[in-house]
Amino acid sequence: MTYPEFPDIPALSAALDAAGYLPDEGVATAAYLAIGMRRPLLLEGDPGVGKTALAQALADVVGAELVRLSCYEGIDASQALYDWDFPRQLLHLRSAENGGGDERSVYDRRFLIARPILRALETSPAVLLVDEIDRADDEFEAFLLEVLADNAVTIPELGTIKPAEPPIVVLTSNRTRELHDALKRRCLYHWVSHPGLEREVEIIRRHQPEVAERLARQVAAGVAAMREAGLVKSPGIAEAIDWATALRLLGATELNLPAVRATLGALLKYREDQVTAERDVLPGFLARLG
Amino acid sequence: MRADPVAELTAFARSLRERGVAADASRVVAAAGALDHVDALDEAQVYWTTRLTLCSEPDDLPRFDAAFAEWFGSRPRPVETAVPSPADSGTGSGSGEGAAGPAERVAATALETLRTRDVAALSAAERAQVRRLIALLAPSTGTRRSMRRRAGGRAGVDPVRTMRTMLRAGGEPVVLARWRRREKPRRLVLLVDVSGSMAPYADWLLLFAHAAVRVRPFATEVFTVGTRLTRVTRALRLRDPDAALQAAAQTVPDWSGGTRIGESMQAFLDRWGQRGAARSAVVVIFSDGWERGGAELLGQQAARLRRLAHAVVWVNPHKGKEGFTPETAGMLAALPYVDDLVAGHSAQALADLVAILAEA
Repeated sequence: MTYPEFPDIPALSAALDAAGYLPDEGVATAAYLAIGMRRPLLLEGDPGVGKTALAQALADVVGAELVRLSCYEGIDASQALYDWDFPRQLLHLRSAENGGGDERSVYDRRFLIARPILRALETSPAVLLVDEIDRADDEFEAFLLEVLADNAVTIPELGTIKPAEPPIVVLTSNRTRELHDALKRRCLYHWVSHPGLEREVEIIRRHQPEVAERLARQVAAGVAAMREAGLVKSPGIAEAIDWATALRLLGATELNLPAVRATLGALLKYREDQVTAERDVLPGFLARLG
Repeated sequence: MRADPVAELTAFARSLRERGVAADASRVVAAAGALDHVDALDEAQVYWTTRLTLCSEPDDLPRFDAAFAEWFGSRPRPVETAVPSPADSGTGSGSGEGAAGPAERVAATALETLRTRDVAALSAAERAQVRRLIALLAPSTGTRRSMRRRAGGRAGVDPVRTMRTMLRAGGEPVVLARWRRREKPRRLVLLVDVSGSMAPYADWLLLFAHAAVRVRPFATEVFTVGTRLTRVTRALRLRDPDAALQAAAQTVPDWSGGTRIGESMQAFLDRWGQRGAARSAVVVIFSDGWERGGAELLGQQAARLRRLAHAVVWVNPHKGKEGFTPETAGMLAALPYVDDLVAGHSAQALADLVAILAEA
């Protein structure tokens, strides 16, 4: 099965939009080139700007399965690429010993457990999401290089597995450490920034259709004001949506001090930030709302 | 674009490299390939396509925008960032190398005194000697247990390796292969104050930072603080100390400027530290604690840093002077959150710092 072709960037943009992801020009171009060139796409940006959501939307748009690999410190080849099925190998060995007759090697594809990367290579069509690659330690990037450059996995005991139709690969990083240049060189690089006010209003409305236009607009403006305030953790889009949802559940139709106080925990997750927001941001912001 | 788009693109990539963007040949090839997929006459599409293929980190983006505006000449993108001007104070001692001739012959005792002399008051020949002493230091941190495994030990059975030994023994599990946890070095983060009051020491401290980056290029991060925060790790990865210091000086726009160390530290924690660079790392701050923006912010940020980092070491060159008491406002505000306060004014003091880091 092959991937659908998009004639130009606006067409892909519209398809992503229909899949529930509102791309800006840069994201749409990035996605278009990732599909067209079949080059891995490295997304960096503040937490909560929708990096993972883009991979999901991309999978929907091309009708592919999303294979997700969440990285963590200490992840290695046996958790990300493949592992040998030890108990089955053992049984095979025993039965061969007792004259079972099957003399094939214990290093056969049958005894291989496909972890996300191998699974993505063997599934077509697929979108492989390597999430938060910066959380894995830097040695791990070496495992990825072959996949990113050649869309292949080499298993010493078995040989190289290389599919006819490679998956679309999306990597995300929160920039907790710098990635090796060898990895970056094989990728398209896109820095995902926070959306503008209009787009954020639309995103909130898209996810929470029951939130009134007026409230969504106020929420987006409030979140934008918070992002200016130099908080420990600036709220992302996910937090903005959560906040709007919380306000809706409490029956608020517009922002006011009691409603904000009651729901601030959905938006700001640090004590210091809540204090700063109540002291420096909210009085001026609510006064401007009138 | 002109008739030959590839030549045009190559020239653009060169201007990017001059601005410090790592737009190497393979990226240019990727950009040329990508431009095939889009409408090369649409400026916005060309902008995004070249940006996606030629840039590789957020620091690149303002530089890219400036270069792109110049290249396309028409619509300047909204992002306006001052291009870092090459600071002439970059490697003041670089030219002292030639004068090292007579100093080569200094007796061991002279070297011993040199080791403890304040680096701010050295002659050119002495500087060359001390440079060599500092370059010999190998600053690195202690280790911590990693999640990674290695062969040996008693922690658990490694099925893959056991299978292999079983095959050798005709299917019998004669030896169970086991694994244990690996140790890895703690991340080392160096924040170097390059403001006016630290000017006599900044070069030396960057040289020290260069030595640290050389030992563990990917477990060391170096930032300069002054009026703003600048990451110089990449520049310091150059092998040659002079070239590395020169490159670092070119990336730092606020050399010998004012000090807003509290704000710079906040920028560091927001953009790097909190996300992971400072987590369970050993953080070293080289500063005299002169603070122009209120010391209150510095105190808060130091407290925040203390909660994230494994250890915080403050290096104050003035501590090496007779009768030193920490009395700058910034120093006093940060002091409660600092594990060690050490001097860093001489080669010996920096060697002592290395010993402290190894145990931290």
